[in-house]
Amino acid sequence: MKDSLGRLAHANQLIDDEPPILHGAPGTIGRLERLCSALTRSLPATGVGLSLLTMDNYGGGTIAASNAESRVLEELQFSLGEGPCIEAYTSRRPVLEPQLSTHGMRRWPGYAAAAQEQGVKAVFAFPLQIGAARAGALDVYRNETGSLTDDALAQAVTFAEVAMGLLVDGQDGAQDGQTSSDLDDALAYRLEVYQAQGMVMVDLGVGIDEAMARLRGHAYAQDRYISDVARDIVGGKLRLNRDAT
Amino acid sequence: MIAADQLAEVFVEVADTLVDDFDVIEFLETLTKRTAEVSSAASAGLLLADAHGQLQYMAASAESVKLLELFQLQYQEGPCLDCFRTGTAVVNTDLHDATMRWPLFAPRAVEAGFLSVHAFPLRHRQKVIGALNMFSTHTGRLEPTDVRIVQALADIATIGLLQERSVRSAEVLTEQLQGALNSRITIEQAKGVLARTHGIDVNAAFERMREYARRDHHRLTDIALAIVTDPTSHPDLTTAGTHQAHPTSAGSSDYP
Repeated sequence: MKDSLGRLAHANQLIDDEPPILHGAPGTIGRLERLCSALTRSLPATGVGLSLLTMDNYGGGTIAASNAESRVLEELQFSLGEGPCIEAYTSRRPVLEPQLSTHGMRRWPGYAAAAQEQGVKAVFAFPLQIGAARAGALDVYRNETGSLTDDALAQAVTFAEVAMGLLVDGQDGAQDGQTSSDLDDALAYRLEVYQAQGMVMVDLGVGIDEAMARLRGHAYAQDRYISDVARDIVGGKLRLNRDAT
Repeated sequence: MIAADQLAEVFVEVADTLVDDFDVIEFLETLTKRTAEVSSAASAGLLLADAHGQLQYMAASAESVKLLELFQLQYQEGPCLDCFRTGTAVVNTDLHDATMRWPLFAPRAVEAGFLSVHAFPLRHRQKVIGALNMFSTHTGRLEPTDVRIVQALADIATIGLLQERSVRSAEVLTEQLQGALNSRITIEQAKGVLARTHGIDVNAAFERMREYARRDHHRLTDIALAIVTDPTSHPDLTTAGTHQAHPTSAGSSDYP
């Protein structure tokens, strides 16, 4: 069993090892594309796609995919208005559909039919979220029916966490080998970290996404662990300023 | 010995919840409260494993800093981790004798005023998905009948997470579990928002949020989500100074 630091570092290593995509997008999007490819190779899966969503269903879209087929399946969900990715985002929990032909057809008739035409038999969607903050979902496609193993599930969840981290950090944290998760630590999942995110929201008068980015940004700039910074904030020893960048 | 009339009430309450559209975190909180009451434990709590097999705090009969620390310590060692790894209950463990077994956890639990500890596995088929933890301030032992009853309460927690019994139960359980883990994160974020808004500590913030949810019949998770995503959505709760002040030492000192 790997601790959280090991898991994230391992996932980032797999993404680093993924050959650069020819004419691939730069920055965050380029790294997300390699994330999709790395997860596809590692699980293994037929393909992986990543879409951003918004509450009003406008402004979302597919941001990265491991291959053209997966991209089509991602985009199809937006035109049909249904699918695992939308459901994972809306319900704020994973949507695991090991058999698209039965239960999946009842769930999303249009989407499941189209996916099966492409040979997809199972789909697993993971929301990109940290508590109330959410950005979209990561979809894993497979051309055989059956559940994900525990290891595969853990890996998919880890890659969704890495993707969420990249989106929270934006362009700044996206250089190869300089991933922000280097400063995530095994204690980053402590309750104080989430409490501190809420406190930073109030202190800075910003939304939860921005608060998370500022908390992480502060930790990176000071070269400190996020959990240490969070403890200082919750303990009343530290308060981020509105004017500081 | 657990009293039958108490158990009957717990049974009715739990059944009432399960047939309704319920909030998983609130359900687990109620279950830990009732577990503590019927077994005369001082405190009870519940940890669930995330997708990586890592235990995470989910609910407790009371949220105090000391108690949350004891639950979080068990991510590394302690009765819950043992119980989770072996799938068998850890019962009647005297904390004074447990320093060798749990060098970090046992002394901290003693410091917090507890004398004995128990942990019961949450099981689904061949898998252990978490543990129900009880702390006592006395060394009274759980009798074999009590052990069976508390295990049944732990099983009810699993049933609550399952919601539907079907061939998809493994998938449903994972979906629910992941959803519950994220709800817990949302609640912590909301505690942070309220603590800062009102200059109170995070436990007082939790109490305020829960009271508000109860009073207006909202689900705790929905309220937490609303507080974080749209702080203006519940002005009674999120506007500074609208509640009677409950000043507490921590958190208020640095407020101007």
